[in-house]
Amino acid sequence: MQSFSIISKIHEGLSQKAYSCKELTQSYLDAIAKENGALNAYTLPTPEKALESARKVDEKLARGETLRPLEGIPLTLKANISTKGIVTDCCSKILSGYTPVYDATVWSILESQNAVLLGKCNMDEFAMGSSCETGCHGPAHNPHDETKVAGGSSGGAASAVAGGVAPYALGSDTGGSIRQPASFCGIVGLKPTYGAVSRYGLIAYASSFDQIGPLALCAEDAARIFDVLAQKDPRDSTSTGKKESALEALKKPLSGRIVGLVPEYFAGLQPDVEKALEEAKRVFESLGCTCKTVSIPEIRYALPVYYILACAEASSNLGRYDGIRYGYKTAHYTGINEMISKTRSEGFGKEVQRRILLGTYVLSAGYYDAYYKKAQLLRRKIQRAFAKAFTQCDFLLAPTVPMTAFPEGFTAQDAVQTYQTDICTVPVNIAGLPAVSVPCGFDADGMPVGMQLIGGSFQEAVLLNAAHQYELAARSQSFRSAGKGVEL
Amino acid sequence: MSRYELVAGLETHVELATKTKIFCGCSTEFGGEPNTHCCPVCIGLPGTLPVLNRKVVEYAVRAGLVTHCEIAGVSKMDRKNYVYPDLPKAYQISQYDMPLCKNGYIDLSNGRRIRILRIHIEEDAGKLVHSRGNTYVDYNRGGVPLIEIVTEPDFRSPEEAREYLERLQFLMRYIGVSDCRMEEGSMRCDVNISVRPAGSEALGTRAEIKNMNSLSFITKAIAYEYDRQCDLLDSGEEVVQETRRYIESDGTTEGMRGKEDAQDYRYFPEPDLVTIRISKEDVEKIRASLPEDPDARAKRWQESFGISEADSAQLLRYRRVADYFDEAAKGLKNAKAAASCILGQMFRRMETEADKEKFETRVSAENLHALLQLLDEGKVRMNLVKSTLEKMLDSGKPASDFLSAQDLEGVSPEELDRLCTQAVEQNPKAVADYLAGKEKAVKSLVGFVMKSTRGRADAQKAEALLIDKIKAQA
Repeated sequence: MQSFSIISKIHEGLSQKAYSCKELTQSYLDAIAKENGALNAYTLPTPEKALESARKVDEKLARGETLRPLEGIPLTLKANISTKGIVTDCCSKILSGYTPVYDATVWSILESQNAVLLGKCNMDEFAMGSSCETGCHGPAHNPHDETKVAGGSSGGAASAVAGGVAPYALGSDTGGSIRQPASFCGIVGLKPTYGAVSRYGLIAYASSFDQIGPLALCAEDAARIFDVLAQKDPRDSTSTGKKESALEALKKPLSGRIVGLVPEYFAGLQPDVEKALEEAKRVFESLGCTCKTVSIPEIRYALPVYYILACAEASSNLGRYDGIRYGYKTAHYTGINEMISKTRSEGFGKEVQRRILLGTYVLSAGYYDAYYKKAQLLRRKIQRAFAKAFTQCDFLLAPTVPMTAFPEGFTAQDAVQTYQTDICTVPVNIAGLPAVSVPCGFDADGMPVGMQLIGGSFQEAVLLNAAHQYELAARSQSFRSAGKGVEL
Repeated sequence: MSRYELVAGLETHVELATKTKIFCGCSTEFGGEPNTHCCPVCIGLPGTLPVLNRKVVEYAVRAGLVTHCEIAGVSKMDRKNYVYPDLPKAYQISQYDMPLCKNGYIDLSNGRRIRILRIHIEEDAGKLVHSRGNTYVDYNRGGVPLIEIVTEPDFRSPEEAREYLERLQFLMRYIGVSDCRMEEGSMRCDVNISVRPAGSEALGTRAEIKNMNSLSFITKAIAYEYDRQCDLLDSGEEVVQETRRYIESDGTTEGMRGKEDAQDYRYFPEPDLVTIRISKEDVEKIRASLPEDPDARAKRWQESFGISEADSAQLLRYRRVADYFDEAAKGLKNAKAAASCILGQMFRRMETEADKEKFETRVSAENLHALLQLLDEGKVRMNLVKSTLEKMLDSGKPASDFLSAQDLEGVSPEELDRLCTQAVEQNPKAVADYLAGKEKAVKSLVGFVMKSTRGRADAQKAEALLIDKIKAQA
């Protein structure tokens, strides 16, 4: 089987002793040292931690033991995934220096496999943003054009993987934060079904939307990572685990599949994006799929519903940052109330403060019914509308973002206009569904375009199968390495 | 009769006696070095998630059943947002519009029924500790499970409130869901008070007195607040809707904050937890696991054992005692003897109410039963039971270790006759005293007989026989 998988390539390289895990890790650490100045993908490289894991893997290899699926594979984690003893600051001043005393479940799973943590990577502050420019460590840059944004909020993760300084990354997706930067940087990003992967240890933005998922170079890698991570976690009551192995389903032929095209997703696209999607549709047809129009008019409520509910949850989730127990604390104050309000005014960036205020407002007495409650009702309506759509097709094909990567500084100009660019990604989070962004071409400037495959609940295997078959048919026209970092 | 009628309602927080906290595995034990019963979850570290303790739901359902509530098949947790250093997440996980239990009641001895509006579950906050000019936070109590029991405004006197709280305290202890120790804060109360012209149906403006932790404070606060509000109305002023605090030193209340400063808690459904579903079968299972209804149990004791109302109330006061009594008394003809052993000798060894509640004794119910069985069979007398029980309480050994075969045989009529004759012969002074009209003098002769038989003789029979002999001699 033809494979684009860097994970299986490394797995093979290590198992066949083409190189040691230490050599492999060192080459990534060297690449980070060389490239990160331009990418700003990593906010905290962890070379000692990485080499320590590499040593364990090499010892295991020396004993002749077989490696587990992600053993010895280097990765980077978004700066909102808790790692014991390693600063996890969500790229926010208010969490500066905050070092968790426990591991997020996803990292416990990976660390138990001796995965090699190269470092923590850049993001928008508290995962709020579409450009990876709102964090306290400066913007991450797009490896395809460093004057363009990497996307957000998992911009550092996408930049690192596309820039060849990490084989894969784990990000989080609340309203598109995995898929949008994956699309902007020309890689694969999977937002799993809500509950498929444990959220324990993911520093919350909006709890009923947040989901951890992989950013990878191909669908096969995303499947390999998803299969390891998707487990029911007793520490997360909302976690359910997965239905079936995504890796095993990759090879299934697509003939006979019905691809749903939702016109509401195709309004107002950048022409190059529209063209790339048109081409993708033809590829699926050539693979034996039938395309069918499936309207979901409720999508027009998605943006307000998302921004009301996500901000409401955020306003509550971020209430705990008061300077009392950890993180940033204002220097000068008299009394506890002033200490808390000054700490928060100084510690949170503008976008985070905007969302806290918005969320506080929609939950306030007298406004709750008009905003929060109405949005909850619409959320259910959107969920039902998607469920109905999946009675008519196997998965949906849509653009991930209506455009390619913005120039840096764009999002700072107009918050509402920026929020509108999330139109294609947020419906999935509202409905709790899985979706994968897959590179499907380039715009006139050579910037990657991403398409989004959306499935019913726990249909990750169906989505990654379709993505993989698409890659087999069209990888040469749809994917291009940014030509940086480690060459294996 | 006053021109005004008191209208009061109570919100009572009761700490549940589960071993672990409501959302994590930390110990709920009271005390402990500050911040030692804590983990990332209960101190709300970023990224942690709560997991609902099933026992908490079960305990709350027990509390609901014993107060005649309906148990909700579907319920959920909500976030109550407010900022205070003892609340590390800046929100309390509580229940807003879908409480676990609702529409229950507790009946008072005057025949009035206090309606319970709802019972919901929530987490407790930590505690601020002020010392040497600094304020510290102890999160040991943070995440300890609570139920909040809210009544309708059905109280018409401070005494009714007191009786309700005592009854509630008793019921919660009896079903084993809380120790309800007000001095340790495991039971705390808020009271809503208003007054209205006698005969009126409309509710007056109410004041709320927060966070009281003693029954006497609560009754005093209600009485004070009633007088204060009546005085206000009598002098043509209005009662202001506000939150007040009780001043322990002089038994008065003072205003804390008005209606306009009332907090907006911005309740919304807790997204980190799933809907709580309790099937009818689950409820029935919990119901079946409840101890016998306390009123029915007291009635059973009174009717079939002949125990007095006062004694049965004493025995029922603590669940362990009630269960011990039932086990020891089962099948005895003289169950009253078991009650008197427990309430007399055994309770005498327990100094505090807490000791009685724990009821730690070296005599098993089985051993007490065996001892009292001998009494039933007429093999021993009550005074020998008592002295033997003392030895058993000291040593933990069974009665058979202290009673010889001779003891168990009792005293034959011939022997008793002989001993009584001996007593009369050897104590001429007592005999003379008796004949001189000091009837009590016979007691010393009875004592002589009892001593010679090491308590085996029937004191009543001995006394009758002695009197016969004295009279025969005269």
